Amino acid sequence: MNETLLKIEGLTKAYPGVVANDSVSFDIDVGEVHALLGENGAGKSTLVKMIYGLVKPDSGRMVLRGQPFAPAEPRAARADGIAMVFQHFSLFDALNVAENIALGMEDPPRMRDLARRIREVSETYGLPLDPFRTVGDLSAGERQRVEIIRCLLQDPKLLIMDEPTSVLTPQEVGILFQTLEKLRSEGTSILYISHKLEEIRRLCDTATILRLGRNVGTCLPAETTARDMAEMMVGSTLQTPERAGRDFGDVALDLSGLSVPSPSAFGTSLKNVHLTVRRGEILGIGGVAGNGQDELLGVLSGEIPTAADAVKLGGQPIGRLGPTARRRLGLLAAPEERLGHAAASDMSLTENALLTGAVREKLVANGFLRWGAAQGFAERVISAFDVRTPGPANAARSLSGGNLQKFVIGREVLQAPEVLVVNQPTWGVDAAAAAAIRQALLDLAAKGTAVVCISQDLDELMEISDSFAALNEGRLSAPKDTSGLTVDEIGLMMGGAHGMEVAHV
Amino acid sequence: MDLSAINPVLLIASLMVAATPLLLAAIGELVAEKAGVLNLGVEGMMIVGAISGFAISVETGSPLLGFCAAAVGGAVLSLLFVILTQYALANQVASGLALTLFGLGISSLMGQSYVGLKPPSTGEIHIPLLSDIPVIGPILFQHDPILYFGIALVAIVWALLKYSRVGLILRAVGENHDAAHALGYKVVRVRTLAILFGGACAGLGGAYISLIRVPQWTEGMTAGVGWIALALVVFASWKPWRALIGAYLFGGITVLQLNLQAAGVAIPVEYLAMSPYIITILVLVILSADKSSAPASLGRIFHASN
Repeated sequence: MNETLLKIEGLTKAYPGVVANDSVSFDIDVGEVHALLGENGAGKSTLVKMIYGLVKPDSGRMVLRGQPFAPAEPRAARADGIAMVFQHFSLFDALNVAENIALGMEDPPRMRDLARRIREVSETYGLPLDPFRTVGDLSAGERQRVEIIRCLLQDPKLLIMDEPTSVLTPQEVGILFQTLEKLRSEGTSILYISHKLEEIRRLCDTATILRLGRNVGTCLPAETTARDMAEMMVGSTLQTPERAGRDFGDVALDLSGLSVPSPSAFGTSLKNVHLTVRRGEILGIGGVAGNGQDELLGVLSGEIPTAADAVKLGGQPIGRLGPTARRRLGLLAAPEERLGHAAASDMSLTENALLTGAVREKLVANGFLRWGAAQGFAERVISAFDVRTPGPANAARSLSGGNLQKFVIGREVLQAPEVLVVNQPTWGVDAAAAAAIRQALLDLAAKGTAVVCISQDLDELMEISDSFAALNEGRLSAPKDTSGLTVDEIGLMMGGAHGMEVAHV
Repeated sequence: MDLSAINPVLLIASLMVAATPLLLAAIGELVAEKAGVLNLGVEGMMIVGAISGFAISVETGSPLLGFCAAAVGGAVLSLLFVILTQYALANQVASGLALTLFGLGISSLMGQSYVGLKPPSTGEIHIPLLSDIPVIGPILFQHDPILYFGIALVAIVWALLKYSRVGLILRAVGENHDAAHALGYKVVRVRTLAILFGGACAGLGGAYISLIRVPQWTEGMTAGVGWIALALVVFASWKPWRALIGAYLFGGITVLQLNLQAAGVAIPVEYLAMSPYIITILVLVILSADKSSAPASLGRIFHASN
């Protein structure tokens, strides 16, 4: 039984200034689900890119079914039965499902035959898909089905999945796992990358843990606690955020009957949204990406104007006010997209601190910039949130994702907001940094700030929020107290399984 | 004013001739833009094609060799754009503008000894039987080969983009170059070929002006057709057949307004002269109301490490 499919021996890859992989070795058996764990920047992506032929290793070798394996390009890897589902979907929005799938195949059949095979395979694995729909119109879960079916059509021996569940509802995750179990029983090996340790414990047979590019250990996930795995990843003991019992004050933010069309063509319109947040309360808003999260943030931050009394801050109608006027009143927001929305990538951290801090931190006087004060503010953010950067003069783009996220959140937190709205505050951030950000949000709420936390990470929302509501197709469910909510209830609030069904075979 | 002086048969026949340079340049640019490259150097590539084709056909006496030289000339100039934007990763807008200015300059240098000469005549293909049909014959079946080549090229480009693997890869590269790279397609190679194709088409379009439409060489004789071609691609929503309609519409109104001017219609000449631009844009704006949008990677610089 335990025959080795792919043997990785001493793979090393260095980029200027950083060793992404330092002689990593492990084996993947036939029919095994193998987890690859590690923090951001631990070298997981580089490693799978080498297996998939996108990156050439500096040294080390791979052996596939006893044969030396050194794919020069993805085409060669695909020919040898390696398929990959990417973390950031490698799909083409303007093309239809069948065209997208044809692009990932070596020798695609004619469109009509391909469409028939897509229907067959998608029904066999319980992932229904219309081959002629335009991918830009699909939900995140459906897009992932496209990627998975693209892989399945090639009858892969090894399926690499990079963070596949980050965009799915719990029900969709369940169905994905059944699909993967079915593949495993057919003898397909799966290399599974995820931050979500509970999922790995449910699904994976073995786990290899990477830290700073080195293989620091292997474990059997079923027999290891999530906490132990997290500590192996981080290399130190993990701080869990602490929450003190809090009393809620007056209503700080009030949305009533808010309906707004989405400004973008592929966006979701908000439909009759009601919500209230009290001082000291953290309201968690869950939901799968693309169900109105960006629009809700835009409405709260002031980027999307609404009817004046649809949005009230401390009883005052502010629906028509823009972001700067709202900042003056104490409503701050940190959007999801770090580069390009929350921060300007080519500007320095001082300049970025100025962009949102100008009003509340008085960094502008008579139309002139107070550079000294701005730099001081940026330095306070950097030290308070442990942002790893040589200094505030560095460009925002030079920071790693996690560090920039700490800066972006810290910049708003330090302005002592009345109401803070954050979207995906710990997206793509490693465990230690995520814990620090969550702690900062809890501390802020303890001081009496009302916090709205929009996130797709349910564990995060359960950990920090006092009440929970879910966005589904632009509608917001009624908020419920977080204590006592079950995963099934949350899943139903998020809109259930979006028409997915369990594999038929 | 004497409208009876306008012969509708000649009018329609000459609108096809007037539209062909625009059509050739637009179809080339359409392919480049579908691959995600915004090459604003169409005007420059056209004028270099015009003088290359003119010079070679005067020297050799063969219009066919002239057209080949024009395609090569346009492609060689676009190679400069390839080096700037695909290898040196320069900004496409700035590089395209530079290409136009450079093309205009070098063409007048190349053309100094050719001013006032007459090129050999290209000759027309009279398709047997069909060209003898009254009215339709002179309109459709008594033209030069390049005109037919232009129409065939539209059909070929349309079919390749829509039905072939090559076309699918080209569209994928223009739509999301990072994803195309991740799937293992050679983004830079595809784009290089698309730019060279665009250059060759623009060169042919330029030579059509200097060898058939005018036919002689004067400096700056493309007179903005390259810019119209660029606008045409956008307003045609990157669809080949719409580019054909747009080109014929533009050509038609250009010829018509010239005829109206000659007939002495009581509309100021300035209004007549601007009419082709306004009407073409209006019609294409109405046509493009179906929200088909630009290739998503259009004008973005691709670097494999990102």
